[in-house]
Amino acid sequence: MNWANAVLHGILLGGLYALLATGLSLMFGVMRIINLAHGSLALVGAYMAFLLTEHTSMSTYLSLVIVLPGALVVGYVLQWTLLERSLRAGELVPLLTTFGLLIVIANLLQEFFSPDVHSLPSGSIGTASWRISSHFTVPWLDALILGVAIGALGSLQLLLRRTQIGRELRATAADADTAELLGVDARRVYAYATAIAVATAALAGVFYAMRSAFDPFSGPTQLIYAFEAVVIGGLGSLWGTLLGGIVLGVAQTVGAQIDVQYFALAGHVVFLAVLVLRAVLQAGGLRVLPRGAAA
Amino acid sequence: MSLLEVHGVAARHGLLTAVRNLDLAVEEGETVALIGANGAGKTTLLRTIAGAHRPSEGRIVFDGRDVTRLPAHRRAKLGIALVPEGRRLFPNLTVEENLRVAAAAGRKGRWTVDEVLETFPLLEPLRNRRAASLSGGQQQATAIARSLLTNPRLLLLDEVSLGLAPVVVDRVYDALQPLFEADSTIVLVEQDLGRALSVATRVVCMLEGRVVLEGPASELTREQVTDAYFGLRRGAAA
Repeated sequence: MNWANAVLHGILLGGLYALLATGLSLMFGVMRIINLAHGSLALVGAYMAFLLTEHTSMSTYLSLVIVLPGALVVGYVLQWTLLERSLRAGELVPLLTTFGLLIVIANLLQEFFSPDVHSLPSGSIGTASWRISSHFTVPWLDALILGVAIGALGSLQLLLRRTQIGRELRATAADADTAELLGVDARRVYAYATAIAVATAALAGVFYAMRSAFDPFSGPTQLIYAFEAVVIGGLGSLWGTLLGGIVLGVAQTVGAQIDVQYFALAGHVVFLAVLVLRAVLQAGGLRVLPRGAAA
Repeated sequence: MSLLEVHGVAARHGLLTAVRNLDLAVEEGETVALIGANGAGKTTLLRTIAGAHRPSEGRIVFDGRDVTRLPAHRRAKLGIALVPEGRRLFPNLTVEENLRVAAAAGRKGRWTVDEVLETFPLLEPLRNRRAASLSGGQQQATAIARSLLTNPRLLLLDEVSLGLAPVVVDRVYDALQPLFEADSTIVLVEQDLGRALSVATRVVCMLEGRVVLEGPASELTREQVTDAYFGLRRGAAA
């Protein structure tokens, strides 16, 4: 791999991180919940697909037809049963609740699926790649993931801009009390937000599991990458999230080009640099922090 | 039967009691001016009626139905609308989006987005502007139009003139005039006594969380109202 190819692969990897980060950003934007179980929910999506591909002749791609609606239901129920109650108890309680959920999910997955490492079959797409020149290769799977990420973010953008549910989501995010006064059931809107968030997480989880091996405790690592993509890209902006994912991906692949061990470290360093830069610029009177992050 | 009955309602903000053991009835077609000094509990009372604030005691009955335990969005669907103090538009949504949220989520009836844009012609050219970019008067018109789109049977207006230039206040009240005349049921909180008395059919004056004076707007003297307002000769007024 040369440098330019490393950047190219980083951009492709960014699609996966953006997909992973979208739900995290959405839940924070609408409910001010930092969902620490987000990576674990992505993993639940991967294990759902694993069950289907192991026990039926379904391909991983086809399993999404069941996994995604399933994830929507999981998110919806999760909001009504657990998160809604903790939201009512104050700002910090959802943090504790989702942290607890992270541990419970990891242990349940271990109980049902054993601590073994698995990966999802990715079919012929998984191994194929375009060879553009002797220095450039584009793996089909990574290109597909980036395409799906752009498609998912675009659809979400359309949903938020063009539909009543989208307007209610944005209105409730801005001012839930006032939305209620106009007849919007804020709790139902929250349940929709979590349903969408868990579905995008599951989608990201399935793709992640096609690219690399996973075990019941892979959730928190995914959470960190998602979190970094959100922070780099800026909260509350979908395309910012894509950019954040790409910056993180490029940092990691370029880091790995220097030394394979620097893959994760380079991402963390860029993330910290962005945080510090934001703080410095803000102290200088420049308002660069997006809405919600400054408070 | 009154459209709205408030029975023995008390409401607190933490340790502070804003409304104490308050009774109030509003008949269909009335315009009630709720007046009183700052901190008298007017805003809290309106928010309690609309469901944005939970009363610690008492019952709220709307159209014969006890709504005390209903969340705000259910009350909005029954026909209670509050234009909140400070307008509270959704800043990142356009004027039209602000209106469409209410039109789709609220009670269905005669008001449609097109209809309110006809009634408030100043909003038509602003449809696609972000609410945050509007002037105070434009924001207030949007907030009122937005509440009308929930087709309220009871419209609660909380200080619609707050923070607006006098000439803009005139325009807001001009826009409201058809509602006052059309037998709509309205409860409005207004700091400007003269204006409150001129549009209302009945006046209710609050002091320290209680009703200290109420009567038809035409029969109350200005002196009675100001005395009640400032809590002078309280025994005589109550």
